[in-house]
Amino acid sequence: MAITIEIPTAFRKFTDGTPKYSCSATTVAEALNVLTSQFPSLGKHVRDDQGQIRQFLNVYLNEEDIRFLGGESCEVKDGDRVLLVPSIAGGAN
Amino acid sequence: MSEVYQLRCRECGKLWGNAPKSFCEECFSPLEVAYDYDALKKIARKENVTSRTFNMWRYSELLPVPESFAAPNSVGGTPLVSARHLAKKLGVQNLYVKNDAVCFPSLSFKDRVVATALAAARRFGFQTVGCSSTGNLANAVAAQSAQQGFDACVFIPADLEPAKILNTAVYGARIIRINGNYDHVNRLCAQIADRFQWGLVNVNLRPYYAEGSKTHGYEIAEQLGWELPDNVVVPMAGGSLITKIAKAFRELVLLGWVREKPVKFFGAQATGCSPISDGVKRNLARFEPQKPQTIARSLAIGNPADGSYAMKEIRGSGGWAEDISDPEIVEAIQLLAETEGIFGETAAGVTVGVTKKLIEAGRVGANETTVVCVTGNGLKTTDAIATEYPLTEAIAPRLEAFEALLDSQLAATSAKA
Repeated sequence: MAITIEIPTAFRKFTDGTPKYSCSATTVAEALNVLTSQFPSLGKHVRDDQGQIRQFLNVYLNEEDIRFLGGESCEVKDGDRVLLVPSIAGGAN
Repeated sequence: MSEVYQLRCRECGKLWGNAPKSFCEECFSPLEVAYDYDALKKIARKENVTSRTFNMWRYSELLPVPESFAAPNSVGGTPLVSARHLAKKLGVQNLYVKNDAVCFPSLSFKDRVVATALAAARRFGFQTVGCSSTGNLANAVAAQSAQQGFDACVFIPADLEPAKILNTAVYGARIIRINGNYDHVNRLCAQIADRFQWGLVNVNLRPYYAEGSKTHGYEIAEQLGWELPDNVVVPMAGGSLITKIAKAFRELVLLGWVREKPVKFFGAQATGCSPISDGVKRNLARFEPQKPQTIARSLAIGNPADGSYAMKEIRGSGGWAEDISDPEIVEAIQLLAETEGIFGETAAGVTVGVTKKLIEAGRVGANETTVVCVTGNGLKTTDAIATEYPLTEAIAPRLEAFEALLDSQLAATSAKA
C-alpha cells in the first residue's frame, strides 16, 4: 500500500530535510521500519532500546492516534497518512 | 549561565538556553525550566517576597522572567479558605480550599500560566499568541492578550460550553473551532507551532507556561504560615499542575523557606476521562489514552501531555488518584457551594468529590492538613447543573400570595417528613 509519512521539522535533520516520505507498507510498524531503514539516524528517536515507540512521540494514522487502533500493528491502506508528532509536556524537576 | 534559569531536557539533561521550544531536539523528550538554585538562594529573599503585593508576581525571582521584568497585572493572590463546614460534612478536621475560582482576570488558575507564558512571548518577540484550549486557557489568553497588546488566536473543540466561548470572544480574540476533541486540537496546534512563528502558550512556550502553576503552590505554603500541608488534592487534565505544585514545595524546602515534610499528592479526574487515575490505580508503566466522555470538559484530555510525570509524582509521594462519575461531580459542586459558598466549575466538583472518596477510603486522614485545589469558576459551566434547578413558581407581588406559598411549601415539607 502506498502511504505517506509526514515528518515534523525537528526530525528533518535526520531525513536530509525531507518533510514527507512516501513508501509502501501494510502496517504502521512496517512503514516506520521502512522510514528508519532509509534514514538510520532517525531510528533511535522513533524507538527506545526495547524497540517500543518512544513515550513522547505520538503516531497518528490519518486523524487517529494509533493507540486507539490497536497500536503500530494496525493496517494501512492506499493513500493513508502517518503523522509523527512529538508529545508536548512541561515536565517537572 | 548568564540567567538563573534555562531549558533542560527532562530525559537526557541537555541544556538549551532560553528559547520558544518545548522538546529536546536531540532526543525529542519534553523540556522543563531548570534553575541554578545556588544562585537563586543568593537573590531570592523571603522578606522581599512578603513585602510585596499579594499576587503571583511576589515570587518573581522563582519564575522564568527577566530580571528587569515589571509585573503587568495582578494575577493570583487567591484565598486559601479554611473550609470548616465542608470539613465537618466530610468528617475531617483541617480542610482548606485554595480558591482559584476567583483568580484575576479570567476566573481560573490558567491566568497564572498565561502570565508567565506571555512574559516569555514578550521576551521572544512574538506578536501573535495562542493556545489549544478546553476553555479556561482560551479565556486567560484572550483576556491578558487584550491587556498587554498581543494578537490572540485560540483553538478550541467545537462543542465547548457557550459561556467559555463567549468569555474568549468578548476580549476580541480570534477563535478557531475545531471539529474534534481537545486531543485533536492539541495535535493540530503542535503542527501549527511547527509551521508558523506564533507563540502558542501551551505548545512552544509550554515550559515557561507550566512554571506559572508553581505560584498556586507557593501561595498555599505561604497562606498556611510557611508550612507544607500533609495532603494536596489536585484536578488533573494534562497533568502539569500537580507536578508543578510539587516542584514549588521542593523549591521552598530547598530555599529554606519551609520545613521539609512529606506531602502526599492526590490526583482527581472524572471517570469519563481518567487516563492518569486509571494508570495509577492499575499501576501501569504508561497510561492508556482515552476518548473523553464527561461533563468536566476542562479536564477532558484523553492523552495528557504530562500524564506520565503526574503518575510518577503521585506514586513517589505515597498519594493516590481517584475518579468520580458525572452525577457525583454535580453533587460535589452543590456540596462545595452549600457548605462554603464557593461556586466551582465542573473540575472543582471533580476535586471535591474525589476528596470525599479519598476520605471515605481512609487515604486522607481526619487529623491531617489537606488542601483541595479549586481551579475554575462555576459561572462558566452553569450548563452542567442547570437541570438541577428548574424555575420555581412565580407569585403575585402580594403578601397573601407569599403566605399562601409558604403554607404550601410547609405542607409539602411535612408531607415528605
